[in-house]
Amino acid sequence: MSTPTPHQQGIAVQVRGLRKSFNGHEVLKGLDFDVKSGEIFVLMGPSGSGKSVLLKHIIGLEDPDAGEILIGGKPTQSANVLEEYRLAMVFQSGALLNSLTVGENVALYLVEHHLKPPEEIARIVSETLEVVGLKGAEDKMPSELSGGMKKRAAIARALVIEPQLILYDEPTSELDPLSSVVIAEEIVKLNQRIHVTSLVVSHDRDLAFGVADRIAVINDGRILTIGTPEEVKRSTNPLVHDFLAARFDRG
Amino acid sequence: MILWWRTLLAFPKLWQQRQKVFEQFFEIGNASLLMVCILSFFIGGVIALQTGPVLVERGLANAVGGVVGISICKELAPVMMSILIAGRIGSAMAAEIGSMRVYQEIDALRTMNISPIHYLVLPRLIAIAVALPLLVIFAILVAWLGGAFVCTANSRIDISFAAFFTTLRDTVQVKDVVNGVFKSFVFAWIVGVVSCHQGLITIGGPRGIGRSVTKAVVNSIVLIVILDYILTRILLRS
Repeated sequence: MSTPTPHQQGIAVQVRGLRKSFNGHEVLKGLDFDVKSGEIFVLMGPSGSGKSVLLKHIIGLEDPDAGEILIGGKPTQSANVLEEYRLAMVFQSGALLNSLTVGENVALYLVEHHLKPPEEIARIVSETLEVVGLKGAEDKMPSELSGGMKKRAAIARALVIEPQLILYDEPTSELDPLSSVVIAEEIVKLNQRIHVTSLVVSHDRDLAFGVADRIAVINDGRILTIGTPEEVKRSTNPLVHDFLAARFDRG
Repeated sequence: MILWWRTLLAFPKLWQQRQKVFEQFFEIGNASLLMVCILSFFIGGVIALQTGPVLVERGLANAVGGVVGISICKELAPVMMSILIAGRIGSAMAAEIGSMRVYQEIDALRTMNISPIHYLVLPRLIAIAVALPLLVIFAILVAWLGGAFVCTANSRIDISFAAFFTTLRDTVQVKDVVNGVFKSFVFAWIVGVVSCHQGLITIGGPRGIGRSVTKAVVNSIVLIVILDYILTRILLRS
């Protein structure tokens, strides 16, 4: 395996009637939506609206109380989706293993699953880090990286999996505008190069309208609207309108 | 118990994790050897100091080596070293795994289809289960030396080095040392399982990590002391 091959295909995701409660508080209240194969789907919404919880359900870190998630047409609860499909997640914090170097973090999947000989893994790590603009950072520790570099290293770690579905949790949070643009470019370039299905959770309107093929706006555990960026902008739902128009004006 | 069972089921993966087992093993050794050395020497010394004069006054000077030798190898070395390792290594395990849990590193492992049991727990449990009995053997030897040193240097006891070890050799049998080492092997599993479990269920940020570390150490020590009584009863019968 080198950097992901261009003929790779993404997989579709269907969410059906998904419900989840924590300590009696219902966080997801019956979500229904589809993510098409190979598209960039952005899920927007205010903090605490259930976006990250939804991602954890899709990747299999949480089990729903009701409803189901189909990945490639198969319910995630009935099989180990992580064994059947190549899924990757870029966490909000990056979630790099702090005890490993950047290179070891990126190589982790290949090393632990014994997929390649060490020399080839070293080459793949080097190439993948170059793709995300971190050439030569193999020996750095995560604590030596800036927020943006950590996110890019996390994207590199996701890339070596050659994912069919990649989930981004708030990829531009805590980043300066320039770093946010770099991350947005990475998401689009990756999608164009390997046609991976990308599901991005964010409340960054610039990112959402810049990269998305389709956008869903979620609030209080429910989907308010779903459509292309233009359709979402034209939404008549007052909550969607307020969320998209919210701006601080000192005057 | 569930974590212990799941770790046993992961045993076939042990060879793949051998590098991490060696890393953990040397970390435990590096972190503990000096402390084990100091602690054992003084434990041996204090046991000799407490028992030596009493036995000598009653004309039982030739029993001092045996009393110190037996109490060290059957009881004090395994229990004290296990408590030391619970404080030094168990706390580090709970803190490291707890921090990985809080900062989503364990979630990241799971999304890469890497089992935290295989990757984090198995190497630590194997390393501590091997390292603690070895440390206890080392501690027994150092504690005996400490006892012999005090018996030689203290004028109220005044037993020579050679006399101390002659009586010790006449009293302590190989099975006594094996008893102590076996106990430490059981205690190692207790410390490892309790500490890894507390790490894996950590919630709530830095304060949660602190709580997990405290629970790991306290629960390990309580279980060590309770199990010590049970094991002693069983081993005395056999």
